[in-house]
This record gives sequence, structure tokens and C-alpha cells, in this order.
Amino acid sequence: MTRRYAVGAHYGLMDWLVQRLSAVVMALYTVLLLAIVLWNGGLDYALWTNLFAHDGFRLASFLFMVSLLYHAWIGARDILMDYIKPAGIRLLLETIIVVLLIVYLGWTLQILWGSA
Amino acid sequence: MKKRPVYLDLPRIRLPLPGIVSILHRVSGAWLLVAGIPVLLYAVSRSLASPETYAAMKATVSHPLWKLVLLSLLWSYLHHFCAGIRYLLLDIHRGIELAPARRSSAIVLVVSLALTLILGARLW
Repeated sequence: MTRRYAVGAHYGLMDWLVQRLSAVVMALYTVLLLAIVLWNGGLDYALWTNLFAHDGFRLASFLFMVSLLYHAWIGARDILMDYIKPAGIRLLLETIIVVLLIVYLGWTLQILWGSA
Repeated sequence: MKKRPVYLDLPRIRLPLPGIVSILHRVSGAWLLVAGIPVLLYAVSRSLASPETYAAMKATVSHPLWKLVLLSLLWSYLHHFCAGIRYLLLDIHRGIELAPARRSSAIVLVVSLALTLILGARLW
């Protein structure tokens, strides 16, 4: 990493790569979840809670959510860079999205490892 | 900066099929970000809380208005998924010629719509 700007292009290869790797992680998780549900012939409350009681599944779900949130950030930033030209408004929208994604992350942690 | 000609008469722009897949990839991604993730988190947290909230969640999603929202999210996820796989293949130079690229974009549109109908029908 050399110089980083608050707004603008040229963030580089790393984000491009993360966007694709996170996509693969999410696709694998989707197929895994679908396979579990199909294998058990449908979904009910017992299967659903048993699944989330499993540490491995919780970890996989966490990995899915982290991939999703990072992927969403790169995609949102790309869209904003293309359509929102004034840097101030773009920075504001980017900030809103970052805050939103952090809220989603907190909510995820609360669901997976919270007491409620 | 050099003045370039701009042609942005939106109703007159005719996007080719891969262009339609591309813009729908963005639209579906944005919709998943603002609506899909909170709906997903809310549904998972309610459905895990207790058997009663699980049943309540099932009742909620059978409401026609919710069905419409969930169907739009289901299509968004499936389109984003299928188009994403197409982009990964293009990244490794599979189907990069004009004809296969057009064909694969048509496949993405058809398959994601068909899967939405099949899964939607199965879920309700």
C-alpha cells in the first residue's frame, strides 16, 4: 500500500481480488446451506436452531457475512464512483454506506454470538 | 480538459444484452445492500429466537406485500449470483468472444428468472 485517497479511483488490484474471492465464499456458503436444507427434506425450527447451535456453521455464517459486507462495500463504492460526480456528496454517501455496513456487522455478531 | 461528445438520451440508448445484464447486476446489488441484508438479518434473528417467533416469521412472509418484496430479493440474489459466475468466467477468459458473451448473458437472464419462479413457487 502506498498513497490512499479518501475518494476517487485507483484503489487497485486488492479490492478487485477481494470482490471475487468474497463472491466465491458466498457462492459456496449458499450451495452448502441449500444442500443441508435439501438433504433434510425441508426446513423446520428444530433443524434451523440445531444448525446455528453448531460452532462450525456459525463460523461459516460469519465468514459469509464478512464476505458479503466487504463485497457490498466494493460494489457500492464502484457504483458511487461512476454516477456521483461531486466529491463531497460522494464522500457523504460513502460514509452512510460504511456506517450501515458496520451496523449490519454488529447485528450479525449479536445474532451469532449474542445472549438474546 | 478536452470536450467530448456526450450521447445520453436515455430512452434512445439501446443496450445490448450483456449491457442489460450488467446494469441489472448493479441494480440487484444495490437492492440487496439496502433491503436484502436487513431483511435477511431480521428474518434470521426472529426465526432463531423461539418457536413462536419462528412461526410468526413464517406467517409474516406469507403476507402478499412481503411476498412481493421477498420475490424481488430472491430474483436479485439469483440474478446477481448467475451474472457473477458469468463475470468470473469472463475474468478467466471463458466465453469472451462476442457471440458466446451474448449467449451467456441471455442464459443469465433466463436462468435467474426461471429459478426465481421455481424457488418462489416452492417456497409458497
